[in-house]
This record gives sequence, C-alpha cells and structure tokens, in this order.
Amino acid sequence: MENNMEKINFLTKKANWVRRETLKIHKISPETRVASSLSAVEIFTTLYYGDILKFNPKEPLDDVRDRFIISKGHGSISMYPLLADLGFYDMSELNIVSKKGSFLGGIPDPIIPGYETINGSLGHGLGVGCGIALGLKERNSDSKVYVIVGDGELNEGSNWEAIMFANQHNINNLTLIIDNNRASMLDFSKNILNLESISEKFEAFNWNVEEVDGHNINELYNIFEKNKTESRNKPKVIIANTIKGKGVEFLEKSPLSHILSIKPEDIDKLID
Amino acid sequence: MKKTMRDTFLEEIYLKMKNNKKIFFLSADFGAPALDKIRDDFPTRFINVGIAEQNLINVATGLALEGFCVYAYAIAPFITMRCYEQIRVNLAILSQLRDLNVNIIGVGAGFSYDMSGPTHHCLEDLNILNTLANIEVFSPSDYLLAKDYVNTTIEDIHPKYIRFDAKPLQALNIENQNFKDGFRCIDGKKVCIISTGFMSQKAFNIIEDLKEKEEDENIEVGLIDLYILKNFNKEQLIQEIEKYDYILTMQEGFLSSGGLDSIILNLINNSDLNKKVINYGVDNKYTFEIGDREHLHQLNNMGYSDIYKKIVTLVK
Repeated sequence: MENNMEKINFLTKKANWVRRETLKIHKISPETRVASSLSAVEIFTTLYYGDILKFNPKEPLDDVRDRFIISKGHGSISMYPLLADLGFYDMSELNIVSKKGSFLGGIPDPIIPGYETINGSLGHGLGVGCGIALGLKERNSDSKVYVIVGDGELNEGSNWEAIMFANQHNINNLTLIIDNNRASMLDFSKNILNLESISEKFEAFNWNVEEVDGHNINELYNIFEKNKTESRNKPKVIIANTIKGKGVEFLEKSPLSHILSIKPEDIDKLID
Repeated sequence: MKKTMRDTFLEEIYLKMKNNKKIFFLSADFGAPALDKIRDDFPTRFINVGIAEQNLINVATGLALEGFCVYAYAIAPFITMRCYEQIRVNLAILSQLRDLNVNIIGVGAGFSYDMSGPTHHCLEDLNILNTLANIEVFSPSDYLLAKDYVNTTIEDIHPKYIRFDAKPLQALNIENQNFKDGFRCIDGKKVCIISTGFMSQKAFNIIEDLKEKEEDENIEVGLIDLYILKNFNKEQLIQEIEKYDYILTMQEGFLSSGGLDSIILNLINNSDLNKKVINYGVDNKYTFEIGDREHLHQLNNMGYSDIYKKIVTLVK
C-alpha cells in the first residue's frame, strides 16, 4: 500500500509537470488545442509513468511495445513534454513546437517518435486499432492495443462500425479510453449530439465497460493496472470523465474552450 | 473463353494463401464464387467486416501495420468513395512513413453494373485515386493481366487500388513485352487508341473490325492498353505515342478530371510531342436511362459506331 502511495504521489507530480509544460508549449504555439490537451493529462501520465504501457524510447517501433493510438491527435499536445521527458526525443524540441523545421506540429503526426498513426482527422484510430489488435493476435504477440478518443469524436460513424466489429471478433487485447470531456468545438456535447449514456451504449454493444474520474490518478492507476493483467474475452472501454481545459478556470467553464487560447501573461501566472 | 478478372485473381490468391500465412483477405460483405474456397479454408484470415467500408480500410491498415499483406474487397464505387478519407489518411498519408501493403480491390469498374444505375456506375475511381499520393492504380483489361499482377500485390509493399471489371471478358491477344512498363501495344500507323480496362476490349474489337471491314483501306490502327496508371514507363510510352499523328483516349470515366485523358495529355504536354488528342469518356453527367453497356456508351457519345466512324475519317 505504501508503495502504491509513493507511486500515486510520483504520478501526481509528473501530471502537474506535464500540465505546466503543456501550458508553456501553448505559450510558444497559441494555435495548439490546449483545452482538449489538458483534459487527457492524467490519462497520458498514468499510462506512461505508471508502468502500464510497454514502450521503448530508443526504438519507438520496437515489436514488443504496446500500441497506443492517439485518435484525438489535436488534443494530445500534452504528449509532447511527456515523450521528451521519457527520451523519445530531446527536451529542446519543446522550445520550437510549430516553428520552422520542427517535427512537433500543431497537430501531431507519426513522424514524431512515439506516435503510431495519422490522427489529424477524427474517427480513424479505433478501426485501425482493431486491425492492429487482430494482427497481434494472429502473430501470437502479447502486446496490447490502447486507443484514446474524445467523446465528440464518437459522433463519427466510423467508430460505431469499429465498435460492432471489435465485439463480433472478441478483440480482447484492445482497450478504448474515452476522454469524456463533454465538449466539442462549438458547444458542450449534450447540445450537439447527446451521447449519454455512453456506458449503456457500449454495454448494448457487448463491450466490457468501466467508468472512472479521468483526473483522479489513484482511480486511473488502479483501473489501468487491473486492465493490464485481467483476462477477458471482450474488448474493453474505459470512460474517463474529464474536464476540458482542466486547471484553467475560464476554459473549464466555456463551451468554446476548444478554440480558445490562453493569453501569454495568464500562462505565466498559471505556471508560477 | 470469357472469364472474370475477379475469379481469376481470387483463384491465384487462394493458392498464395495456402503457403503464405501473412495474407489476410477482408470483404465488405461482397462475394464471388472463387471467394468461397478462401472463406472455407482460411477462416481466421478471411474476415467479412460487414457493410462497413470505412472500417474495412481501417482494419486493413491495422493488419498491414503488423506486417500482413491485406486484400480489401468490395464493389468499386463503394470501396473508393464511401471510405475515401480512410484511404487518404490511413493509406496514402501513413504509407509515406510506414510500410503498408494494402490491396484495395474494387469490382465493377466503369459501366460494369450497367443495369444498376448511377450509384453503381463507377466513373470517378481512376480520377480520385490517381490524385492521392503513394497509391498505385491497376486497371487491367482482361483476366490474364489480373493474374499477372498477383505477385506484385504481395511483393510491392505499398497501397494499391485494383479495379476489376465485373463482367466475364475475353483474353486480349496482345503481346506484353515488359509487365512493369504498365502498358502493352498493338502496332499501327497514323492513329492510336490509348485505353484502359473494359475500353481496351472495345478498342481491340474496333481495331479488328476495321482491319476486316475496311480491307481496301489497309487500316492499321494502333492500341496502347495502359493498365498501370501512375508508375508506368513514361519514356517508353512517349516513344510509342511518337509513332502516330492522332491519339484517341478511351475511358469509362469522367473526362477532364484526372483520369486517363488527363494522364495522357499531361504526358504529351510535358514532352516534346505535338499530337492531336481526342478524348472519349463521360462528359459531366450521370446516366439514368436503362440499357446494356453499349447503349450507355452511345448515350455518352462513346458508342462503337461513334468511335469507328471517327477513326475512318482520321485515317482517310
């Protein structure tokens, strides 16, 4: 238990660092989607620093890695500092995000070590993840597939083709994480296409469903840890309830947080 | 003997799948007599993804990322246009960074499904697939070419679009010197038809008939059957075109929008050639009137006699 507490404290510190660095990147590159990147900070941090994902910064496409597909690519700028800190590339790259010659753009692409697939367009990751998961099973690989999508992204019909497919083929080495920040670009999700209840929808599609507070590291760690080792015969979805723009008050409250930028002087105050 | 490209190709794939465990065959609920053996004998490597072309391409991409050679199979207009963005993002863009061997097989090129109306007529696929980077387009004119392409689908690790006619068609008696050049020729004088897919069948018949019926005129019309539409041997093709005064392009597809006519005009424009080019194809409208394939061609000014008469006036 004490070890666990130590781990949670460590992860909490790392998440705070990732959040601060994400804000710093946003100061350099105001066109980055900061609100959706902040909602997933604890999810990314727990997966990478919590010994959940298998990865190899020296050989990013190492065959034994777990495949983590970040389908909500725009909302993953918080991965930039994390991947640098873990050694996928040099920390100095963070100073030139979206600048000439950088591989770290406003929306990440798989020229970035650590990114698996193209993800600037929404609704692709889950289907590709299903194919990878089937391929891994055919190859008798123990590697697992994780896909993260935003709840707004679930508006894309291609996801539901993949959701039916994953159930039909019992793709049990696949975990879908929904960053359920309940906001799209122009409004809160419920005012556009109300998906509630997401858990009931996935249950109806015969998936294994868990729900978690996506900012509570203790909860996230426990659920990911259990998911890593449990045996199941179905695909699993973890609905992580999050807040878009987490940590920045005016973003948290705005239905338009997706397209809002934070003023540089406000960022300085936040990271003080 | 007439035979479908689809069945010939699938029979070969079946044999390959027996020895090559790296092959997956995915279908969007679309069958073929020759597919039944694949379904029965390789139940884990044949997957019917359902009527879901977007997921078909995405699952194919995932399997290819894990090193498999994947065939994705459906009706041509649906496997190209329902999931165009999946092809663009996950195959065209991603394949520039990762090895991906996905072979998209679309059955029903052009007016193949003549009676089924404009949703099933496929007049855009060559144009829109050509416009994507990193994807090869293969448009055979008979089942023997389809068979000859099977090894390429396994050995060349990049995304490909393979468009098959749906109808059983004759094997064309045209010598093929080098398959990788992407075209094969019948030599002629003055006038040459450049065509792809089913239109090469039609061109072949017109050329044979001209020889027979217009014997006195000694008409020898050339034919270039272009089946690889991007990475064909450009220098060699320019040399062939150089022999003629008039070039007629023939395609079952929309004109002036990136298809065969655009490819040939571009090639000529970027060379030192100065040729008169006449393009036969579909001119910016869909065809609702019911009729057989030749009737649909006639409605689009690309009927047998339209082209036959034009050639007679050119050679005289």
